[in-house]
Amino acid sequence: MNLTRNFVENFPCFSIVLCMVAGIVSTPMKGNQAKRLTLIVVTLVTVMSAATLFYVISIGDSFIYTMGKYPAPWGNEIRAGVLESMLAMVFSLVMLFSLLGGMDHVFKDVPKEKINLYFILNDLLLSSLLAIIYTNDLFTGYVFVEINTIAACGMIMIRKVGRSLIAATRYMVMSLIGSGLFLIGLAMLYDITGHLLMENAHIAMIKLVQEGKYQIPLLVIISFITVGLAIKSGLYPFHSWMPDAYGYSTVSSSSILSSLVSKSYIILLIKIFYRVIGFDNIITSKIVNVLFVFGLVGMVMGSVGAIMAKDIYRMIAFSSIAQIGYIYMGIGLATEAGMIAAIFHILTHAITKSLLFLAAKGLSNASGNQRAYPALQGAAYRHPLAGAAFLVGSLSMVGVPMLAGFISKLLFAVAALGAAPHKILITLIVLAVSTILNAIYFLHTVVRIYTPVNIPEEYKGIHFHSSKGVAFAVFCLICMNFVLGLLSQPITDLIQLGIAMFA
Amino acid sequence: MSRIRDNYENSLWNRLTRWVNGESDPFQGKMEMEPLREADYVGDSVYNPDRLNKEKIAQYLEDTRKNKEMRAFRVLYCMSSVALCLLLIAVLLLTVSYLPVLGDPNGPNNNEVSARYIEKGMEESGAVNMVTNMILSYRGFDTFGETCVLFIAATCVIILLRKNEEEIENTKETDWTYEPKPDAILQRMTLVLVPVIFLYGFYIILNGHLSPGGGFSGGATIGAGLILYVTTFGFHKTQRFFNEKIYDMVKVGALSMYSITMIYYFYTGANMLKNVIPLGTPGNIISSGMILPINIFVGLEVACTMYAFFALFRRGGM
Repeated sequence: MNLTRNFVENFPCFSIVLCMVAGIVSTPMKGNQAKRLTLIVVTLVTVMSAATLFYVISIGDSFIYTMGKYPAPWGNEIRAGVLESMLAMVFSLVMLFSLLGGMDHVFKDVPKEKINLYFILNDLLLSSLLAIIYTNDLFTGYVFVEINTIAACGMIMIRKVGRSLIAATRYMVMSLIGSGLFLIGLAMLYDITGHLLMENAHIAMIKLVQEGKYQIPLLVIISFITVGLAIKSGLYPFHSWMPDAYGYSTVSSSSILSSLVSKSYIILLIKIFYRVIGFDNIITSKIVNVLFVFGLVGMVMGSVGAIMAKDIYRMIAFSSIAQIGYIYMGIGLATEAGMIAAIFHILTHAITKSLLFLAAKGLSNASGNQRAYPALQGAAYRHPLAGAAFLVGSLSMVGVPMLAGFISKLLFAVAALGAAPHKILITLIVLAVSTILNAIYFLHTVVRIYTPVNIPEEYKGIHFHSSKGVAFAVFCLICMNFVLGLLSQPITDLIQLGIAMFA
Repeated sequence: MSRIRDNYENSLWNRLTRWVNGESDPFQGKMEMEPLREADYVGDSVYNPDRLNKEKIAQYLEDTRKNKEMRAFRVLYCMSSVALCLLLIAVLLLTVSYLPVLGDPNGPNNNEVSARYIEKGMEESGAVNMVTNMILSYRGFDTFGETCVLFIAATCVIILLRKNEEEIENTKETDWTYEPKPDAILQRMTLVLVPVIFLYGFYIILNGHLSPGGGFSGGATIGAGLILYVTTFGFHKTQRFFNEKIYDMVKVGALSMYSITMIYYFYTGANMLKNVIPLGTPGNIISSGMILPINIFVGLEVACTMYAFFALFRRGGM
């Protein structure tokens, strides 16, 4: 270990603790002060993550940062590689834009004396996202999963309107089942390996597999951890909380929840697969095939649900279920190409879903705060920016070239060709069917909002302009979509490098 | 051969063209559950009068009770959940029988990790209590995270339950409005007990590095003392020494000091700098470096959170 550290290596730790401190000191603040503090902190975290990313690329290896003075098997550690710092950067950017884009609605939807509490939740949520991304310790992962769950729950219920309380309760129950399974899995994992730090647990695991000891507990551990985290991220049969949670919370919450929170659990799962249990052992345990099947079913059933949905938010929420299915399908292919495609789709979906939620909010604002399809007819003419944003987001999700979604689908298809023979055909067929279903519900909505309609009496003379912050956020998200679509090669190279650093 | 269809309106093609043109919705009125429109809600109220109409609800309930399909579904649902739980229990019991025996000296978790905690903990971290050493020093980041879990849980309860003073004044009479109860025995005993409970709580916190205990358990004891006081003497009397402002100040102060300590510890530890907090002689009351102050901060935070939970559930404010 080198004795002097480059100052940049402190940044992952600083960004986690900075978010926690921001949350703590926001308690006695007024809403506006807390808002400013949160925006500053999120921006700082983005900058620090970008610096970490460049540093890691320049040294060409990941680095380990001990949280305190005790090294690996005794103390906590975090670890930053290319993948971790890239995910941290994209996540904090998406969080910044979701907050900026939904800021007006936060101040409308949240009771005035509780606005600072909303920003506390955001600060701590970001800290937990970063900690889950960077952690090199299994139990740290669990602690921050808890923070993540409670913060997400608060973000759903803070708008006490509609079904948001029911949605929060449902979310809490499902999430706690997931956490419970995950915790049982971790406890048993500690019991058979004797370590909580990922590297040491991995070494013990290799030894156990070679000696052929504890085969049955190992299988149960793998399935508990996988199922627990899959429930938390909303894989198909466990999706029932999603439509209400995304549809009735304030728009920043829904875009942060759908694009970041559910993804963080998938990232933790991938980390455990690669860094603790070993991807080869995961493949021999056949759990990937389970994920593969449920991913495929989710891809179709989520899309069917989206077609059946009668309002725009539920449509987008059901579309999220389908996209989570894509990600698990990519993991289930059990190849490196499949994993790269899955991680690329995590980025694609994070950027596109937040854009779609912001756009949908703008469209429904321009239609008298109604969300059902008939009321949205012609909304894109009343609110051109939201219309354009929805168009770009939809085309990206459907998979039109030049946009991020196209690259995801291409990567998935190419990865499928390299997978096990019995998976090739079914993957390609379901991918095609799902793309057609995506096109049906997204383009139907696009056609609807671009169908001219006589302006109803009550909207005459009213122009819907977004505030500068919203316009900026939407514009940046559109740009990020194009960047991901046009510069896909360097990004997939980075993801590949990141996965190589996991080992 | 072509013929005029008598129900052209309902034909698949007509519905498709109308749907593509955006004129109709194929699923209009066919979903079993209609999502509530936001226009239904005025102001903060979740309920509109229709939904509280008891007759309607009763009718609805009666319907579901008579509904054979619903009943069959419910029976099936209960049976399958019981079966699932039994299966899970069976799997877990089976797994436990394959796990290493508890306390086995050759077991996988009796390795160099716990050996160092036990053998070198006192000399490296300075506390006699090795559990405290482990959670506050070796794995200090996890415990900082746990404290934040408590903080965010309190924040969520505040979001859900806090009312402003006006709302509290205007709420209907509930059982707490009749507090404090004029109960001489209770009040006398509380006056005797509460100082002792507080003292014992402080003892647990301050001795956390010497004997079993620490911030979490001591804070919970102090919180229990506060709850006993408030149930006996009522909120008005308690507010004279513990109100929302003091709660915020204590909580924010304790947690910020805790985070500053932790940042210093992480930064010096990771960069191999010298930690200037002296460890002292193990066994003395003022020893163990940062563990004693952290125990105090955690204890304050836990006591505040315990009391806040009680007050928010009881009254909706502190």
